[in-house]
Amino acid sequence: MSQSAVDVPPKGGFSFDLCKRNDMLTQKGLKAPSFLKTGTTIVGLIFKDGVILGADTRATEGPIVADKNCEKIHYMAPNIYCCGAGTAADTEAVTDMVSSQLRLHRYQTSRDSRVITALTLLKKHLFSYQGHVSAALVLGGVDITGPHLHTIYPHGSTDTLPFATMGSGSLAAMSVFEAKYKEGLTRDEGIQLVAEAICSGIFNDLGSGSNVDICVITKGNKEYLRNYMEPNPRTYVSSKGYSFTKKTEVLLTKITPLLERVEITEVGEAMEE
Amino acid sequence: MTKQHANWSPYDNNGGTCVAIAGSDYCVIAADTRMSTGYSILSRDYSKIHKLADKAVLSSSGFQADVKALQKVLKSRHLIYQHQHNKQMSCPAMAQLLSNTLYFKRFFPYYAFNVLGGLDEEGKGCVFTYDAVGSYERVGYGAQGSGSTLIMPFLDNQLKSPSPLLLPKQDSNTPLSEAEAVDLVKTVFASATERDIYTGDKLEIMILKADGIKTELMDLRKD
Repeated sequence: MSQSAVDVPPKGGFSFDLCKRNDMLTQKGLKAPSFLKTGTTIVGLIFKDGVILGADTRATEGPIVADKNCEKIHYMAPNIYCCGAGTAADTEAVTDMVSSQLRLHRYQTSRDSRVITALTLLKKHLFSYQGHVSAALVLGGVDITGPHLHTIYPHGSTDTLPFATMGSGSLAAMSVFEAKYKEGLTRDEGIQLVAEAICSGIFNDLGSGSNVDICVITKGNKEYLRNYMEPNPRTYVSSKGYSFTKKTEVLLTKITPLLERVEITEVGEAMEE
Repeated sequence: MTKQHANWSPYDNNGGTCVAIAGSDYCVIAADTRMSTGYSILSRDYSKIHKLADKAVLSSSGFQADVKALQKVLKSRHLIYQHQHNKQMSCPAMAQLLSNTLYFKRFFPYYAFNVLGGLDEEGKGCVFTYDAVGSYERVGYGAQGSGSTLIMPFLDNQLKSPSPLLLPKQDSNTPLSEAEAVDLVKTVFASATERDIYTGDKLEIMILKADGIKTELMDLRKD
């Protein structure tokens, strides 16, 4: 009986086939390529009428700012939004995927999505990838059962909290929340506290910066305040401006003529049928 | 059996960027004032520029503890020189001393990335750039530190001759006026601050001329 080697396409998701090769290469001294991490400060809190989410807008690649104004508050459902920290590609992919799944579920059930549905879908996915999908999320929304706020860690564990922070600036933001949070905040008080917490992350954490994004979700209504605060304008713009003249100089021009065109006339028999 | 590597490093990087531009009768030395470690800020107001002699100013980024130690050595050697020669060290002399001091610790280097600026014996501006173990070169302009890779290409574009084959022969001094050089430095730091997380807070600019040193401070982004 012959053994047929058929190339079966992978079933989807990660294929761990190259791990052995990668290990061998790192042992030989090859540096793995770095990921685009979002650095980040993301927060959420529950106030009197619903949930407020906040995020900074800096995306870093090591010590360099890759995007000065990226969007970290992702849409999940009309009444649910999710902030993402960690590897940018992972947070984008996982929130888009679950957002699609929620929409299909809404069509099937004819009901508004619930926050715990999004939570369960996300944590199942992240746990199955054993932490390799580096996405740390703050999920918030208002559904028929009331306002909810959850944090989701890359390995798949979750917490349900009245106020939460994630990302490299989470300690700076949490210090503000722990000092000033109380139950039953009004909308304006809540927005101010969230902005203060994000600013604390922006100014004290080097992985976070630029502007403050805020999303307010209440029963039946949501407000996405993109660039709610812009506390970091460019400090100096030269009045005279700078020009970039073409810095290439022609040192030598040489024209090499192509060979002369030669006409070839076929001498011989015509092709036979 | 793979070699075991140490879990502890004697070095740390406190970040920051230093730039110097030499002119026909002046030298501009500038550095940001942010000192950081990892993702945290240690100080928003830490000066990285230090006067070694009347005509020689050193700006160093890297590991500030090593920078402090390096300065102490240079200061004491300068004092000895003054006692022995009855005059201050010139900038080219200080440049050589710095190179020798760095190479002395070739096998446990000072983690310091230096730019030395000042006026030479003829009164023209001079800038010397160094690596961590003392290799140095006199140049018309230089940048070191975390933002140097962002700043150097722009300075090359604005100040460098497009080709060494072109005439007239470019001087090692840059043909800028003092005001233009200061404007260039401010622009370059504002831009580097946008994209480098370790550069920011404030910009300290020192302008060295024959009659004295002038210092200017400018705000940078604090995030």
